[in-house]
Amino acid sequence: MRSDQNLRSPILLKIAAAGGLLFLHLPILLIFVYAFTTEEKSYQWPPPGLTTRWLAVAWNRPDVWSALTLSVQVACIATAIALVLGTLCAAAVSQTKFFGREAISLLVILPIALPGIITGIALRSAFSLFDIPFSVWTIVLGHATFCVVVVYNNAVARFRRTSGSLIEASMDLGADGFQTFRHVILPNIGTALLAGGMLAFALSFDEVIVTTFTGGQQATLPIWMLEELIRPRQRPVTNVVAMVVVLVTFLPILAAYYLTRDGDQIAGSGK
Amino acid sequence: MTALTVGKPHSSILAGRGGFAGALSDAFWRHPKLLLLLMLAPPLLWLGIIYVGSLLALLMQSFFAIDDFSGVVSYEPTLATYGQLLTGTNLDIILRTVLMAALVTLTSAIIAFPIAYYAARYAKGRWKAFFYLGVMLPLWSSYLVKIYAWKLILAKEGIVTWIFAKLNLSFVLDAILSLPVVGGNSLSVSYLGTFLVFVYVWLPYMILPTQAALERVPRNLIEASADLGATPRQTFRTVLLPLALPGIVAGSIFTFSLTLGDYIIPQIIGSSRLFIGQAVYAQQGTAGNVPLAAAFSVVPIVIMGIYLTVAKRLGAFDAL
Repeated sequence: MRSDQNLRSPILLKIAAAGGLLFLHLPILLIFVYAFTTEEKSYQWPPPGLTTRWLAVAWNRPDVWSALTLSVQVACIATAIALVLGTLCAAAVSQTKFFGREAISLLVILPIALPGIITGIALRSAFSLFDIPFSVWTIVLGHATFCVVVVYNNAVARFRRTSGSLIEASMDLGADGFQTFRHVILPNIGTALLAGGMLAFALSFDEVIVTTFTGGQQATLPIWMLEELIRPRQRPVTNVVAMVVVLVTFLPILAAYYLTRDGDQIAGSGK
Repeated sequence: MTALTVGKPHSSILAGRGGFAGALSDAFWRHPKLLLLLMLAPPLLWLGIIYVGSLLALLMQSFFAIDDFSGVVSYEPTLATYGQLLTGTNLDIILRTVLMAALVTLTSAIIAFPIAYYAARYAKGRWKAFFYLGVMLPLWSSYLVKIYAWKLILAKEGIVTWIFAKLNLSFVLDAILSLPVVGGNSLSVSYLGTFLVFVYVWLPYMILPTQAALERVPRNLIEASADLGATPRQTFRTVLLPLALPGIVAGSIFTFSLTLGDYIIPQIIGSSRLFIGQAVYAQQGTAGNVPLAAAFSVVPIVIMGIYLTVAKRLGAFDAL
């Protein structure tokens, strides 16, 4: 395959690919500039001046902090529930064969395959049917439902690569089921669970569509942001919050990538 | 010996484990079905009761209708609400949404292909990681922040207007904005703006499956095609595109479905004319017509059902 080394890409392809990537990234970078603009009343470009004073203003806003706290709370609980349910489901589907296995994968994927508005309105009408008052828990209920799939996908992929003979060997050597889980299965799927958990956290932290239906009076950070988008009250604070959200979501994504990259992403290996 | 076996029919070579955990572990080993049941029960109960339950409750509502005079939902099965769906404004909303979803899907496929092809075929080592993260980071960064960024970009005083002015091309922008249907007062209140944001937000969902499909195309097929005298264009049309199609169709499931159900993007960037998602939101909220909202939400489910059936035929599920 010596021709591989000399493989040159057509210039037009290069331009199209680079252009596409720029299209994906420039808008996000623009947020970083706007976070430091001195302009308060409009979205004027170029910014008339640069200042860091909005960072301090945003830091001292109690409504931003309470929205942030609620978002983190909800994301933590939803991730924990999703980790348990997703792992159980993945273990059952990948380790055993039984009637209706395909249906279960479909059921897990359904909450993100259907438009979020349908999940949201369905949950809302169910809550009103049973007179369940809106609270942190109604938000968690919705979030956990669609977070299961991320954990499930990561865990299933790892279970497929984990050889079943490891578990049999552990049992043959006298470990009981719990010991096997603790010493053999968990170390094998640990990083996949961590990655799945981080993605679930990011998904929940960012979710807005379902939350508008299940949230009632409580504002998570995305709900706060949505209100600012519809009725801008203090644009500079929104700019700063947007920048912080970008920075905060990048970290789990990068971490999840480094945790799963070995093996899962071998180029050209296919399925 | 016989007495022992009769007394403890389950005992095998090894003695049973002591303690509760040990006994439980033994029970799981002897009855794998029990373990399976225990593993499946929590997720199935959660998804089955909370999710499917509320989904069915919603769909049932679409067979009720709202009383025109009292404004109260009457709980008698009727198809009247579905009849309402097919009249004037409501039909317009459905057609508008489907057309937008189709255009967004087509455009994302065209923009995604070069990125996916370059990443699959030419990028190596660190560049591969660069491309992967280059798609993953925008995919996972906050949905609202992305929309907000476009609100900044498309605003009348924003960067797009500025670029056109600097290039002395303001008249081009004005000409685009004065187009009858797609234009508007500024880009942020026009269909064109809505379209741009939809393409931007869903593009990564198209790139990933397309790239996965392209990576499975054996390189020697393309070389063989060239050796047999095909021009690059012919190779693309007769070899590469058919093999990449399942991936593109898989990506189109996401772009199409997500556009179909979204109600936040057209609300923030777009004209005042509604899309399906906004109609659902308005009907269940301010209008209080839950049956019509439920009927509206059946539309994307039905469309996606048809779409998925066709996609399955085209082999899209193997490319996911």
